Amino acid sequence: MRDSTNLNTKTEMIWNPNKECMSRDEMSELQGKRLRKIVEYVYHNVPFYRNKLQEMDIRPDDIQTIEDIRNLPFTTKKDLRDNYPFGLQAAPQSEIIRVHASSGTTGNPTIVGYTRKDIGVWSECMARCLTAYGVTREDIFSVAYGYGLFTGGLGAHYGVEHLGASVIPAGTGNTEKHLKLIRDLGITGIACTPSYALYLAETMDKLGIRKEDIKLRIGAFGAEPWTENMRKEIEERLGLKGYNIYGLSEVMGPSVSYECQMQHGSHINEDHFFPEIINPTTLEPLPNGQTGELVFTTLTKEGMPVLRYRTRDLCSLLPGTCDCGRTNVRMGRIEGRSDDMLIIRGINVFPSQVESVVLSMPEFAPRYMLIVDRVNNLDTLQVQVEIRQEFFTGVFDTPAAVDQLEKKLAAKLKSVLSISAKVQLKAPNTIERSQGKSAHVIDKRKL
Amino acid sequence: MTIHQLSIFIENRSGTLIKVLDALKEANIQIIASTIADTAEYGIYRLICSEPLRACEELKNANVAVALSGVFAIEIDDQPGRAAEAVKAFSEAGISITYMYSFLLRGKGILIFRTDDNEKAAAVIRDNHLKSIDENDLSALA
Repeated sequence: MRDSTNLNTKTEMIWNPNKECMSRDEMSELQGKRLRKIVEYVYHNVPFYRNKLQEMDIRPDDIQTIEDIRNLPFTTKKDLRDNYPFGLQAAPQSEIIRVHASSGTTGNPTIVGYTRKDIGVWSECMARCLTAYGVTREDIFSVAYGYGLFTGGLGAHYGVEHLGASVIPAGTGNTEKHLKLIRDLGITGIACTPSYALYLAETMDKLGIRKEDIKLRIGAFGAEPWTENMRKEIEERLGLKGYNIYGLSEVMGPSVSYECQMQHGSHINEDHFFPEIINPTTLEPLPNGQTGELVFTTLTKEGMPVLRYRTRDLCSLLPGTCDCGRTNVRMGRIEGRSDDMLIIRGINVFPSQVESVVLSMPEFAPRYMLIVDRVNNLDTLQVQVEIRQEFFTGVFDTPAAVDQLEKKLAAKLKSVLSISAKVQLKAPNTIERSQGKSAHVIDKRKL
Repeated sequence: MTIHQLSIFIENRSGTLIKVLDALKEANIQIIASTIADTAEYGIYRLICSEPLRACEELKNANVAVALSGVFAIEIDDQPGRAAEAVKAFSEAGISITYMYSFLLRGKGILIFRTDDNEKAAAVIRDNHLKSIDENDLSALA
């Protein structure tokens, strides 16, 4: 198997062998050095962290090696929310050249500012991902993640440019035109959500475009959970090879980790993002191989560095040199969440967001149910609400009036969630009163 | 001149209609006429019954989404063309009929309808000598 020709091809598929194939000792040393620097940096520039460290009686000097990370405080989504909008920003505004935002559990989104250096690191990490997938300067690569506040579009875009392939900023929507370009331009690579890839396949069938008519060979899929079965189906229908890409805006965006040709876990760019797996209840670190909550510390970020950010994603770490030659640690598939966040069409949705909208309309009882499903490979969200007895007045003697009420709620949900939800009105007292938060959700997607 | 109609929100699933009918049965309410305006997911069940105000309270107590609406009830002869004549009078006066249903009671045709302008509709009924019937008449006939 591992003949020399093969090995050569493999080395060609590594963007930065110095970092991706570093010896473990060198990596630990680099990580330790960078950790010391970042702790010192946030201590002096982010009051939130300074207060936390002082409360715990930790001075920057106490951090010497990467092992010392275990003494540092955690950061949660709630911390980001409580310090909205710029409370955790370490760099002065004059150094921030871009701001992204991701949905929060309630009204406020999470704001992440990037310095020029951050964008550079991000592009570098993204180029590593793309190279691992086999993308080269010869490729024409379409970015079909949403462009805008979401990190997917611009993050992937800058990576493709940094690598030197031709980027097609397709974005989402206008699928038919996109497919025409894929066919006519001979686009060879695409980055999108796995469900959008399947939607592309559906649209191809509808338009009578066969996979033989297009040249797609590489797909970078992420931003939502997907399965091996989905991978097979996408690969079969689009005639490409699909690779996982992982990331989150609080840490950077897509490119935190990526699959290589071996497709045995996703390599973490751990010279920039240091991973830990913890027990989400005791917060104690877990040994390699055990499943727990994934935690990241940004080792080089200037705009908004985070110490031990709890991703709420559950997975395990797979250490050891990979057959691809990379030595950086891999993470296994995301096996679940330690909170109630849903990822629907690549967008983070919290049931509490729906709750805040429902509570804001007196017409509805403070009870709701989210039903998530996947129909024709596209995620669907249905929100069931109960009309309040006292608000069901004589004007509701026609379906048109009821529909109008449903539309009013749907419009509010859309503005808060950034995705469309179908509203289903229920009679009073028909939605079960739920105890826990998760009882508000029925996820019918088979993932 | 209008009479009370119950408008009831009913989800499209088994057991929802019977819940309403059972509550009416318990309360000894007589249904005189009814119709359902249905959509893919729910229906608005409209009904004319004896003692509509009490019926409404009873249904509310049974946790049913129910409301009272004012509708007109016109009695017409059970002959071809009578409904057309009645509706034409409203149409000529520029009144829109939001919905309508009809039934036979003791050999007479009864048209139940809601309009977008009740005052104007009442005037049309008077001017055209249409026979509007009230709740007492209806209950007596039933």
